[in-house]
Amino acid sequence: MDTDQLIRTLAADNTHRSRPVGFVLALALLAAFPVSLLMFFAELGVRPDVMTAMHDPFFDLKFAITLALAAAAITIGLHLARPEAELRGWIWLLAIPAGLLVAGISGEMTMPQRLPMMTRMVGHNSKVCMTAVPLMSLPLLAAALIGLRHGAPARPALAGALAGMMSAGLAATLYASHCTDDSPLFVAAWYTLATALVTAVGALVGSRVLRY
Amino acid sequence: MRERDDEWTGLMRSAISGNSAAYHRLLKAITPVLRAAARRGLARAGQPVDQSEDIVQDILLAVHLKRHTWDANAPFAPWLFAIARNKLIDALRRRGKRIFVNIDDFAETLADQPVAETASPAEVATQLNTLPARQRDVLQSIAVESASIRDTAAKLAISEGAVRVALHRGLVSLTAKLREQ
Repeated sequence: MDTDQLIRTLAADNTHRSRPVGFVLALALLAAFPVSLLMFFAELGVRPDVMTAMHDPFFDLKFAITLALAAAAITIGLHLARPEAELRGWIWLLAIPAGLLVAGISGEMTMPQRLPMMTRMVGHNSKVCMTAVPLMSLPLLAAALIGLRHGAPARPALAGALAGMMSAGLAATLYASHCTDDSPLFVAAWYTLATALVTAVGALVGSRVLRY
Repeated sequence: MRERDDEWTGLMRSAISGNSAAYHRLLKAITPVLRAAARRGLARAGQPVDQSEDIVQDILLAVHLKRHTWDANAPFAPWLFAIARNKLIDALRRRGKRIFVNIDDFAETLADQPVAETASPAEVATQLNTLPARQRDVLQSIAVESASIRDTAAKLAISEGAVRVALHRGLVSLTAKLREQ
């Protein structure tokens, strides 16, 4: 097939319309979310004192942080799905969840505490957090990669890392409603570690599957 | 160059809104620029430039299958050159060279005279034979025998819709096979 023939063939296929990347990503995440939700209710479930916990600003802050992480990662990830996209100017969106976390830590510092700092940071659920968040991330990570694969990311590993962050953010949102450790110090230590793990897996897999 | 970029952007907008003739013109217009850049990339990597046509076809397929990632409010050229650069690096890497491709390779080509197609490209032709029968027959008919979609449908005794589906799937599988190489 010479190039003129190929061009004619491509032009003949012009009527085919592909969905936008954002649409495919949203669809994939929506399809995967029930799987993570099922894992959550089968193994963890919402903490029993959730009605009282909701009045604790530090409990609520966990959701603000994890949802801000997911939203920032989805926005940056979708941007990076374009071939000419650059990270510059967009990476700062991740400062929103990080800033919320720092604000939470400083807020907690100003209040009188019953427990010493180390105890609050180590918490009671670090092992569960480190297992549950990555595991519940997996279906979402697969979905995020499928969504971004529909795009044309110039840097597959980077786009994969963002896929990891969005899935970790969503999985951590579920986990936050189970976990009784509400100290921002616990979030800073274990949620961050779990997110870093999923991000690394995303980057590794992304570097293979996100090449176009 | 500004004029050329505006013309490309305009053609791509028409193409997206369904104008296949504009799309054909656009692909014809970008091909010599892509070819010159591919030759320059190969030459710099110390590779024979007669392989440039394989790279050009690789880029054209990627442009076609990823055109939904182009933002119709943005200029077309930066998007095109980003894809071309990605594919050129990929091609050179597969040939065992890891080199840095400057994006200016593409922007500069305006000054160049159009380069004629050199050796006949081999990769797409080889991969064509490995496709499922329906996709191969449809691609063969439209690409090589220059048949229209309607004629192809009549010849293969299938609907025009089925031809369109097989055509698109064929291009997708062709691209996937080229990438796996």
